[in-house]
Amino acid sequence: MMETEKLIATLAADSRPVPLGVERGFLLIGALGTVVTLALFFGFLGPRPDLGSAVGSLRFLAKPLLAALLCAGALGTLLRLARPGGKVSPWFPILLAAPLLLIAAVVLELAVVPPDLWTKRLLGHNALLCLALIPLMSAGPLIAFLCALRRAAPTRPTLAGAVAGLAAAGLGASIYAFHCMDDSPLFLVVWYGAATLIVVAAGALLGRRFLRW
Amino acid sequence: MIQGMAEFDEDSLAELMRRANAGDAAAYTAFLRALLPPLRRLARTLLLRNGGRVAEAEDVVQEVLLAIHLKRHTWREDAAIGPWLWAITRYKCVDMLRRRGRAGQEVDIDALAESLAGPPEDDATLRSDLERVVGRLEGKSGAIVKAIGLNGEEVSDVARRLSMSDGAVRVALHRGLKRLAAIAAKVE
Repeated sequence: MMETEKLIATLAADSRPVPLGVERGFLLIGALGTVVTLALFFGFLGPRPDLGSAVGSLRFLAKPLLAALLCAGALGTLLRLARPGGKVSPWFPILLAAPLLLIAAVVLELAVVPPDLWTKRLLGHNALLCLALIPLMSAGPLIAFLCALRRAAPTRPTLAGAVAGLAAAGLGASIYAFHCMDDSPLFLVVWYGAATLIVVAAGALLGRRFLRW
Repeated sequence: MIQGMAEFDEDSLAELMRRANAGDAAAYTAFLRALLPPLRRLARTLLLRNGGRVAEAEDVVQEVLLAIHLKRHTWREDAAIGPWLWAITRYKCVDMLRRRGRAGQEVDIDALAESLAGPPEDDATLRSDLERVVGRLEGKSGAIVKAIGLNGEEVSDVARRLSMSDGAVRVALHRGLKRLAAIAAKVE
């Protein structure tokens, strides 16, 4: 019979100081995951040939910036989900900013581009490659964030895993964007969106399986 | 806000936890002891609300204590400690009922009446789930958890008996407690 008093004595016997906080874990292991993504990028993809002129155009810049904004909002939410009782609602506006801005860009694109070009813009150059490469570029960060979550204490494992997927997809897409030739918001919302959902679903499944404690 | 939270004397618990985090073992023991009565009440309330039985409260309490111990770095020292404690207790309560296949069942009226009628039991006579799990721990760290947790031995006595340093016993104890929590939560 394990008595609660003895359990308390046992826990007290193991009471050396612990490094507080969860942020450092996310930062360190997240950096590691980002290095994996950068290695994939420079090892196999590389920047698009016209990057020099593209960085001057808002259409191009919007891709990595929106993805980075998504990543930032998701990471902020994730750090709250990592602690029991953490309030996530303050992060909702930032989390929603990227999708809302993208929708605004889509509306703008539909307004200025003639309808007979919509399909061409939407299909882009290589949509299926994009659909496969963004999840691949997000895999390292996703595993990293899940590892950091395991050291933390998410009381909603499936949701935490999904948000980890969102952060990882944002990170992966923001780097992949420098390779991708398609800058139309129509392409982004469909293919980047679908790729993000794949990573989010993977994160949710992995979270449900591995983030219980 | 949430029933049961008012039961915690948050300020004094937070102060004890801050001292414990700084390495004060006596403050840590005081923290866990002070937490115990409100934690028992909260566990009973949550169990009843989620389709569990009052008799399972001590299992939840022990799992929560272990979880608090292993996850204590996730409390922000400048934040209120009540929501953190409440979230861990709720998580462990619902998770235990889910593992036992009874999450979301209807409230047991008899159990509710029983809990409202009787005073909170003292734990000494209640059977514990964690005990069975401790029995399954293997290796040196398992032996050390058993010696300290079940037999109430001191770290220094265990160290002498096993010809280990106090530090090595503590490291093994910590590893054993982590495995204990993982097995208890059936994630291993």
